[in-house]
Amino acid sequence: MFSALLDQQKGGRFSITAAEPAAAATRRYIGDTNVLETTYRGPAGTLRVTDFMPVLAGPGWEDTLQAQRELVRIVECTEGEFEAEVVFAPRPDFARIDARIRNRGALGWACAFSNHQLVLHTDARLALNDDADTLCGRMRLTAGDRRYFSLTYVQHDIATIPPLGEAADRRLESTLRWWEEWTRHCTYEGPYRDSVVRSLLALKLMTFQLSGAVVAAPTASLPEDIGGIRNWDYRYCWLRDAALTFSAFADLGYAAEGDAFIGWLLHATRMTLPELQVLYDVYGGVRVPEEELDHLEGYRGSRPVRIGNEACSQLQLDTYGALILAVHNYALRGGTLEAADARMLRRMGDYVCRHWRNADKGIWELRGEARHNTHSKLMCWVALDCLLSLAEEGRLRVPRQRFEAQRKALAEAIETQGFDEEKGTYTGAFDMDYVEAGLLLLSIYGFVDTLNPRMTETCYRIDRELGANGLIYRHEQGKDGLPPGEGAFVICSFWMVEHLAVMGEEAQAVERFEHLLGLANDVGLLAEEADPEDGSALGNFPQAYSHVGLIRAAVTIEEMRKRRREREAPLDER
Amino acid sequence: MIIEQITTQWEHIALWGLVATVAMTAVLQGSQSMGLTRLSLPFLLGTAFTGVRSRASVAGFLAYMLGGWLFAGLYYAIMFNLGILAWWMGAVIGGVHALFLLVAVLPVLPYAHPRIANEYEGPGQMRRLEPPGFMGLNYGHRTPLTTLAGHLLYGAILGTTYGLVQAG
Repeated sequence: MFSALLDQQKGGRFSITAAEPAAAATRRYIGDTNVLETTYRGPAGTLRVTDFMPVLAGPGWEDTLQAQRELVRIVECTEGEFEAEVVFAPRPDFARIDARIRNRGALGWACAFSNHQLVLHTDARLALNDDADTLCGRMRLTAGDRRYFSLTYVQHDIATIPPLGEAADRRLESTLRWWEEWTRHCTYEGPYRDSVVRSLLALKLMTFQLSGAVVAAPTASLPEDIGGIRNWDYRYCWLRDAALTFSAFADLGYAAEGDAFIGWLLHATRMTLPELQVLYDVYGGVRVPEEELDHLEGYRGSRPVRIGNEACSQLQLDTYGALILAVHNYALRGGTLEAADARMLRRMGDYVCRHWRNADKGIWELRGEARHNTHSKLMCWVALDCLLSLAEEGRLRVPRQRFEAQRKALAEAIETQGFDEEKGTYTGAFDMDYVEAGLLLLSIYGFVDTLNPRMTETCYRIDRELGANGLIYRHEQGKDGLPPGEGAFVICSFWMVEHLAVMGEEAQAVERFEHLLGLANDVGLLAEEADPEDGSALGNFPQAYSHVGLIRAAVTIEEMRKRRREREAPLDER
Repeated sequence: MIIEQITTQWEHIALWGLVATVAMTAVLQGSQSMGLTRLSLPFLLGTAFTGVRSRASVAGFLAYMLGGWLFAGLYYAIMFNLGILAWWMGAVIGGVHALFLLVAVLPVLPYAHPRIANEYEGPGQMRRLEPPGFMGLNYGHRTPLTTLAGHLLYGAILGTTYGLVQAG
């Protein structure tokens, strides 16, 4: 609908900005909420724009018809006088559909296409252009003046148009209250609470309320290399992210979100059993064909613009381990496993036993030749290990001897073929000599102890060969067969922080962690990648996995600090 | 005479009224699901009683089924009075019914329905639903066609079955 980021001219926008070019803008989220406040300060006054998606829960809202989707924007001049400019230019389906805007009198402006409809209800005076596809307006406000904009979207259904004025203020109050209440449950206590809570809030915004699915990022085709071709669509759910995403929610006290996510995982993957796709859409759909949008110029000229994702058809064996580990952790926290779930998990275990010797595309979805990626073998080992653990707990029945034999074979393969005796480190793929950042998960997922010399040496080698200015690249440049130029991977950098903290290098871990926090934008959000030279954000934004990494690293640092304090405390205080 | 006839035929009217209502509902709700229109008559009916979506959908559906039965009696009365119990006569009545709904009932609904807003006063605390507009066009330009199709089918089923009952 609004894709001006991908094409300033053709992409749609809904902007409320200062008409005066000299005005400076600052942004913040109001407290621990997802209500955004932008303040423009100009020579003659100050303007505040408050953006939020209403959450109307609790007493007083039961009998109120709520919009299917609503974005409210409240514009207020707080000081002096200020001229603001409004542009509302919806361009549906990445500007591939011509949609006309129609005046609906006191009900606002409607833009309908197919069975979708946008309604912009406002008390500001706007004018429709000759093509009837853009609304524009300028408004001069003096201190105390307010204008309201309620943008609703509906598909398949009759639109609901919420009122403005005091009614919109009440929606804001309800939304602020809901978020504050939600964040109050966060169990993390430590010096990085603000960043951890902001990460949780970002993850919550990336959760599809109706299914519990968490998307990798809400954007498509923001480049990993400015001007380059690494432009992918991340508006889907990757199974690979499952285990860490679940633990990010569950570890901080958000069992309901974690459980909903597991519920979606078990539901969505049933469609493709016993095979798993790499990614699914938020409804559990499996068809996400990739296409290039040649009519869009791309973010800062980065073409092609792609939507859909071809990675969905790749074989990535690591998805089995990620999903089974997430379900394992959920079950051990008291989650219910239905008989059908148990059967499904066992079938996945059988599949892993039959296929782990195959080559695959691996965690980084390399589009070239398939390899025997060590990380994929690790995740196959994790899958069988978790199933055996669940069987020991009496949560499901598995062919124990077969699974144990295959787990042992996997471990031997990793320790021999996935280990370079000469360099004393694990390797990215069997019988190869390179390292990649996914190897850091060997200890995070419990295959080997972080303090094991094999692992510490691997960690140092990754830092030496893939590190740059405190950040970690996921693999060496060009390994994916595409032109070099992508940024360092934010979550890999957080994995390194975790390792440093566990290895007892607390000061360095903290220094790197704080450096990574500095890569966040003005409101604390992180992209998928960052340029190690200038710290600029690269790739889709904000990235759920980066925030999952932040949460894990903050929790690990705090745990290690606690253990150190306990060790250092006099015996009688322990 | 008509009332007496309806009373003697009530079992057939109830049975085939139910079948015709189910068929019409399938067409109308199917059109909504397929993206041909955003109109949902059961939802509009239900929101006259409650603002809770789930309850409105259930209440509206029940009211809609009840309405389907009542109209089955009315269709029977008209056809019996005209002395033509045939599928095409049922379809004609269905078409007139749809037209009346589209050009007379839907446009005035905002002034009778407690939760539908109108274009003069805008939405309020309670009146928040988008009004249907002339022929329900606010809910999509195919709305008149899907509404007509549903009612033609409804009438044709009743005309066919009433004719068979009379013949048998």
